[in-house]
Amino acid sequence: MSGCYINGIATITAQPTTDPNNFLEDVIAFDEVIFRATDPDYKAYIKPSAMRRMSKSVKMGVTTSKIALASSCIEMPDAIITGTGMGCKQDSEKFLEKILHNDEQFLTPTLFIQSTHNTVGGQIALGLGCKAYNVTYVQGAVSFETSIIDAHLMLSESPEKNILVGGIDEIAKNSTLLHTLDGHIKNKNINVLDLLDSNSKGTVCSEGATFVVLGSERKENSLAKIVDIETKNAATPDEIKKDIEKFIDRQGLSINDIDAIVLGNNGDIDFDHYYKNLQNSIFSEKEQLCYKHVIGEYHTASAVGFWIASKIFETNKVPSVLKVNNISAQNHKNILLYNQYRAKNHSIALLQRC
Amino acid sequence: MSKGIAITGMGIISSIGDTVEDNFHALRSTVHGISRIEFLETKHKDAIMVGEIKKTNKDLENTLGLPAINSFSRTAMIGAIAAKEALDNAKIDSIDKYRTGFVSGTSVGGMDMTERHYLKYHEIKENRRYIEAQHAGFTTESISNYLGIRGYVSTISTACSSAANAIMLGARMIKAGKIDRIVVGGTDALSKFTINGFGTLMILSDEECTPFDENRKGLNLGEAAAYLVLESDEIVTKENKEVLGRVSGWANANDAYHQTASSSDGEGAYLAMKKALEVANISSEDIDYINAHGTATPNNDLSEGVAMTRIFGEDTIPTFSSTKAFTGHTLAAAGSVEAVYSILSLREHLIFPNLNFQTRMKEFSLIPQTELISKEMKTILSNSFGFGGNCSTLIFTR
Amino acid sequence: MAELREELKEKIIEQLSLEDIEIGEIGDDDPLFGDGLGLDSIDALELIVLLEKDYGIKLKDPKEGKAIFESVGVMADYISKHRTK
Repeated sequence: MSGCYINGIATITAQPTTDPNNFLEDVIAFDEVIFRATDPDYKAYIKPSAMRRMSKSVKMGVTTSKIALASSCIEMPDAIITGTGMGCKQDSEKFLEKILHNDEQFLTPTLFIQSTHNTVGGQIALGLGCKAYNVTYVQGAVSFETSIIDAHLMLSESPEKNILVGGIDEIAKNSTLLHTLDGHIKNKNINVLDLLDSNSKGTVCSEGATFVVLGSERKENSLAKIVDIETKNAATPDEIKKDIEKFIDRQGLSINDIDAIVLGNNGDIDFDHYYKNLQNSIFSEKEQLCYKHVIGEYHTASAVGFWIASKIFETNKVPSVLKVNNISAQNHKNILLYNQYRAKNHSIALLQRC
Repeated sequence: MSKGIAITGMGIISSIGDTVEDNFHALRSTVHGISRIEFLETKHKDAIMVGEIKKTNKDLENTLGLPAINSFSRTAMIGAIAAKEALDNAKIDSIDKYRTGFVSGTSVGGMDMTERHYLKYHEIKENRRYIEAQHAGFTTESISNYLGIRGYVSTISTACSSAANAIMLGARMIKAGKIDRIVVGGTDALSKFTINGFGTLMILSDEECTPFDENRKGLNLGEAAAYLVLESDEIVTKENKEVLGRVSGWANANDAYHQTASSSDGEGAYLAMKKALEVANISSEDIDYINAHGTATPNNDLSEGVAMTRIFGEDTIPTFSSTKAFTGHTLAAAGSVEAVYSILSLREHLIFPNLNFQTRMKEFSLIPQTELISKEMKTILSNSFGFGGNCSTLIFTR
Repeated sequence: MAELREELKEKIIEQLSLEDIEIGEIGDDDPLFGDGLGLDSIDALELIVLLEKDYGIKLKDPKEGKAIFESVGVMADYISKHRTK
């Protein structure tokens, strides 16, 4: 069976993660529950004429896809697969508000055209002139993972392909704020670095884009191997524990072989027990890393877990801000990722040094 | 020729019927579902024609037996109705007996609820259960919860090719042994958002749409949900299942031409059809009938027509029709609505007509099938194209 | 008329987010589409709404726009003849 290797990766998050020399060493401490991405200079990546209609998510997506392609030395991918929980929410929200406030009159097409979920994938294809397979997944917190599953499947069908896969989500002013009303986002601002110990309901919200270039063969610039990945829509904490055990077993490995676990804890007292149940049992003796108190929560935030694991393999360093227990692994070989959002959209992935 | 993936169930609700058999009856009797808007509140009520499902949200809630306090959007409700019919049709009563997944295409998701409540969430607390409906994935989860599918669940949103891509993904996953059976299709309800959106593009017709006609004025929006159940051959053999047809070819390509418009040479559509024939391992002569995307916009029908002539040759094009004059353009659901119609065509040996066609387009000699005819068919090709250059083709066989 | 032309240039830049273009760079007779300003079919639809919203001119068929939006000068002529507000 052919493999699935990450041959290039880039991420824009609330932290300055496009700086190749800063692996979360200097982090920004946010003190609001909704905080934006740290923008790179988009003009360095996108022509002004192309940029004039682009919303934030398109800019973030196009930029990270370009960096990832460049780092993998691939000019033209053989497929573009994007995941997004919210889609192009900013333009969608603006168009909706115009409909509602102007009584369905004087509406212009640009916002509508840019509002569809597949705008980022379409814009990347348009920019590259890429006529290959192009799909967008929109499944909450597994939007990125279902995209990876499709790519994984495609590499088993056509091992010669190089596949561009990404996850993108942006904050939209009012639509994001609505989630402070339904309890998804905390009602009071907090020091985000203390998010995991917040002991309150809801989480914080941010935005970002992560793109990877996947290929079936290990190359000199390969960063990690995605051994396997699975998603599950609904499960109890104990079912997840069993699923993870079965998942590891299926790879011919045991818990002992796992060097570190990267978890999606987001400080929501109602749902973090999915993680705690693992932290206090099968992974109690393992290095445990969390990242949402650094980059925030959004539907494709879990893609940053892939970036973190890849960076650990690349640099052999673990940023201290991510560590949530006292166990430190050396020379990591296997890193397991688990994420969920509000008891739904669970994902398990195993990344291996290559 | 590839054997293809077994289709063992299908379900549909559209403006021409609440079930597969109702849809079939309407198609056979050439009764379309295009009318003025009755239920959706919009300023454009009298300016456009649509394919509306003539049921209130209350009717749909009753059909599903939902509690009075629920968070189902209209898109989720019609989706649940069609997906349930598909599971029943496949005689599946125990979901957990095999690894079962669900892939649904949608473009607007729960927008019908978002646009209704958006400005009043601050005042009206009890409506806040609909806030999550602004995420398309929530619509899919409402349906998967209703069906009891807890494993692999995903949503594809590639505008008007969404359901076709969902069917393609399901077929690929079964072929690779990643899953044993999967419910695939799409759902989209009418919303102010889409009516106004397509309105800004000036491609909505104020009359019944006329696909592939020289004087076509644009599309009629429609609402629908349709799903297929795909199962592995192991299950088919083990459970002695009736196979309704097979998905034997599929492909997705991008036009990479413009964010919304299709290229004049139909390159994306051409590539999708070409690759789908390769996956099915057949040649263009093996296609007995094409269920075209045929939205009746000036741009689509020209681009698709050119692509068809490139694949099949202008003088040797198989019988083709667009069924959108029956249902309207049901956006993300179109691919699965037309998949159900393609299976019905194979089952009944009937080609459903391209209604309202009068004048041949000046750019080529293509004339769609305008009357209901009987024809022995083995292989049908179905196209679905969308914004973002997304072009998908599916091939169905008996 | 000169005033209307300047007004149009300002509105075009704003409506179409032509952030890096100055009013002075758009000549009265420069073609707006193709080789000139490089506008496309989506921009044409935006301009149709601009005509309706600001000048009360309603175009039924997007194809009519082609001739009207040839240049700022042509647009200004058309508007001054047909405006209802």
